[in-house]
Amino acid sequence: MAETEGVRRRDFINIAAVSAAGVAGIGVVVPLVSQMSASADVLASSSTEVDISAIQPGQAIKAVFRKQPVFVRNLTAHEIDEANKVDVASLRDPQTLKERTKEGKENWLITMGVCTHLGCVPLGAGEGETKGEFGGYFCPCHGSTYDTAARIRKGPAPKNLEVPAYEFSSDTVVKIG
Amino acid sequence: MSFPWAKEYTPGNPLTQWVDERLPLPRLVYNAIGAGYPVPRNLNYFWNFGILAGLCLVLQIVTGIVMAMHYAANTAVAFDTVEMTVRDVNWGWLFRYAHANGASAFFVVIYLHIFRGFYYGSYKAPREMVWLLGVVIFLLMMATAFMGYVLPWGQMSYWGAKVITGLFGAIPFVGEPLQQWLLGGFAPDNAALNRFFSLHYLLPFVIVGVVILHIWALHIPGSSNPTGVEVKTQSDTVPFYPYFVAKDGWATGLFLVLFTIMLFYLPNQLGHPDNYIPANPMSTPAHIVPEWYFWPFYAILRAFTSNFFFIPAKLMGVLAMFGAILVWFFLPWLDKSPVRSGNYRPLYRKFFWFGLIPTMAVLFYCGGAPAAEPYVMLSQLAALYYFAHFLIVIPIVSAIEKPLPLPYSITESVLGKDDGAQLAPVSPDAGIAPAPAA
Repeated sequence: MAETEGVRRRDFINIAAVSAAGVAGIGVVVPLVSQMSASADVLASSSTEVDISAIQPGQAIKAVFRKQPVFVRNLTAHEIDEANKVDVASLRDPQTLKERTKEGKENWLITMGVCTHLGCVPLGAGEGETKGEFGGYFCPCHGSTYDTAARIRKGPAPKNLEVPAYEFSSDTVVKIG
Repeated sequence: MSFPWAKEYTPGNPLTQWVDERLPLPRLVYNAIGAGYPVPRNLNYFWNFGILAGLCLVLQIVTGIVMAMHYAANTAVAFDTVEMTVRDVNWGWLFRYAHANGASAFFVVIYLHIFRGFYYGSYKAPREMVWLLGVVIFLLMMATAFMGYVLPWGQMSYWGAKVITGLFGAIPFVGEPLQQWLLGGFAPDNAALNRFFSLHYLLPFVIVGVVILHIWALHIPGSSNPTGVEVKTQSDTVPFYPYFVAKDGWATGLFLVLFTIMLFYLPNQLGHPDNYIPANPMSTPAHIVPEWYFWPFYAILRAFTSNFFFIPAKLMGVLAMFGAILVWFFLPWLDKSPVRSGNYRPLYRKFFWFGLIPTMAVLFYCGGAPAAEPYVMLSQLAALYYFAHFLIVIPIVSAIEKPLPLPYSITESVLGKDDGAQLAPVSPDAGIAPAPAA
């Protein structure tokens, strides 16, 4: 079998064996990597319903969504004015209050209670907590300050507080997620 | 490799000879940390911290295995199992506090070990590989310590995990999926706690492996010494056993005195009271701080408060924090001076004592302070100098500095003109220029 031209038998076996080992290697790595992703039970509990009937204007509550806090805030007319007065172009993450709320429900500001810097829970939703110099939220970890539309105004956070996907199931119930 | 005058292992009886012919493990130990390893005779106390670091690693592994026997990595019970270990398990308090304070002791020792490397130029040729492996060990230690701090599932555990895994979210495009993959969810929870426990148990053994490589690489050229002059003759060295075994034993005793004072009288001094509150994802502690040994790097992370051209502040902070350690990998090539020891480098020494050391002290202090002025500004200035020291000062200093004259040999540096010393060769063609052996 001393072939001198074309693909030799040994070359073929060599390439086939290395290729098979490579494919098998990928087949081993995929499950090894994938098992670390969020499991089905974690993903299954990824929506939550909140009763908002008791929240008076100027008040806010912390609900739990995906094991993280979500702020549901009933803005006062003054806070809405305050948010609308800001020149949007001057913001780090330019968004209007209207873009961050639902049509006809501009007073309901629903955001994640997770600072976009490194994930701390900002203060300002609980009774008696500081709201920071812009009247919204203040993160105690590294001093990020959010305004009454939960937009980043000062400090290291790069983005506004995230608005999760949600809808009003009725006038008093919000389904988040 | 070793020096030609190194003592050879000779089995003392038929049994050890039988073993030596089949598996020369006693010979390996003899040549590594026994009488078969010649060591420069002039080592000072800064050369004790390698052995002490090894001792800390053993201490952490032994106490850690005990802790794992009483611990359950489940968010519902993790906090309680640690508290029950302390209160109910026989001697549990001893193992828990020895493990927690052992981590701090390990970092004290390792920082002094690294300090030695910086001052005496231990990272220079031919010991670059020793240095690179050392930086790898340091990174592995930081990962292990971070994950270990999460396991008790107190408030600082939880929020430390959230902040540090949040760093990965700063990476463009892949950040958020990567963060969810690392945590196995949207926030630290059972999945994250379990994998942190698994890795916290694994990584110390990886460290053991890299430590073996570190020592192997060290034994190729042999230990450096305070003069930075390479070993030339037998009179420059003494055997590791008994000379440095005895000295390391003495240092171990001193270390254990200090360690047991911490362990028995101040077991919570370096901890944070908030970590005795069970983790609560709904409420952030007012002042999140990592363990003290991360403070300098945490200060660099927080120093970036505004965007740097097109790079967001958050990403910049993360890059700088990791860069602060990664820059050490390039140190052997940034410092081009052929003279190793800071004792013979007047300019380098000034920048070391009046530049790098105060900078580290400021970063250390600011990392544990609240994120407010003047600490932010101080961190920024210190972070600026930190990077300038490695990337600008060291290359320039090593190019323009005129080093002091080096002793001809280690023996000369120890004995001066003593008659018994083997000094510069008499023959003129032997090259008596006191140049460092590079």
